[in-house]
Amino acid sequence: MILSFTALLICQLIGEVLARGLHIPVPGPVLGFALLFGALVLRDRLFKAATPVSESEFGAFAKVLLGSLSLLFIPAGVGIVSNFQVFSDYGLAVGVALIGSTALTLALTALVFGWFSKAESAGSA
Amino acid sequence: MNASSSLWVYLSASPLLWLTATMVAFVIADAIAKKFNRHPVANPVVVAVVLLVVLLKLTGTSYETYFNGAQFVHFLLGPAIVALAIPLYENRHIVARSVLPIMAALLVGSVVASSSAVLLGWAMGAPFNILVALAPKSVTAGIAMGIARELGGEPSLAATFVLATGILGGIMVFPLMRLLRIKDDRAVGFAAGLASHGLGTAVAFQMSPLAGSFAGIALGLNGLMTALIVPVLIRFFG
Repeated sequence: MILSFTALLICQLIGEVLARGLHIPVPGPVLGFALLFGALVLRDRLFKAATPVSESEFGAFAKVLLGSLSLLFIPAGVGIVSNFQVFSDYGLAVGVALIGSTALTLALTALVFGWFSKAESAGSA
Repeated sequence: MNASSSLWVYLSASPLLWLTATMVAFVIADAIAKKFNRHPVANPVVVAVVLLVVLLKLTGTSYETYFNGAQFVHFLLGPAIVALAIPLYENRHIVARSVLPIMAALLVGSVVASSSAVLLGWAMGAPFNILVALAPKSVTAGIAMGIARELGGEPSLAATFVLATGILGGIMVFPLMRLLRIKDDRAVGFAAGLASHGLGTAVAFQMSPLAGSFAGIALGLNGLMTALIVPVLIRFFG
């Protein structure tokens, strides 16, 4: 567990250093995510007989962390209270925009994904 | 000052109390969500946030004091985003086979996510500074704050809208997908991650690791896409 957590922190740290150092407008953790993906690809290229990540301790740790992703948003969620003023001043406009746009985005994204995956599988069949 | 009030003064300012309160609130909220068979309205994030907000109000605690303790939980968001690489790697072959639907859904979703929020807000009479903060509402907070700052908006306002969108998306995604009869884990996950970033991804992981992976991909790609689209979009309203 310690090793897995350390590996994640190292990836994030390198990502953070790269983002700041090279002025890349991407958050450090996102670069760290790309780095880890690259490292996993490299690992399987170099060590053909390596245990699959999903069965390793690292994979188990990631599963626990991602399984409790909701918990991690709670402190920021409580912070909404400190900006409550905006919701009362333009509450209706903001509410309509957020609810309407989120529903529309969810529906259209999933529908377009479905159409194109059908078109793709029909084309390859 | 008596012993119990000096104990309160000590505890209320220490990180331990509010870190524990955050964990307890989540445990309670998660138990409630389980009791209601994970009904979307009993969203554990919403329930936990409500419990904590009430507690802060009752005890007259400021958000700064609360966050001093809760930051340890908040901090784990970074490593969690890095960890998304693992389910993505495990599902890389399925992802490679879905490049066309991913690109099409990204393009449509990204444009709809930012432009529909700005258009609806504008039609409802919201001022420019609110519109700028609304535009990046579907991407992860770090990117949204950067976009808002760049365009002269208020980063903290953008972060607030991002969170509200995440919570709304988490509540809406499964009922909406049932209504549209969409059962493909990849499509549901991708939509959840694109429309409501990390919170949508958290919900997608409840469906399956495959849905979670597609949510993670959507979260990353939409972050980049939105950073490109919003500056162009905002020019029409400036």
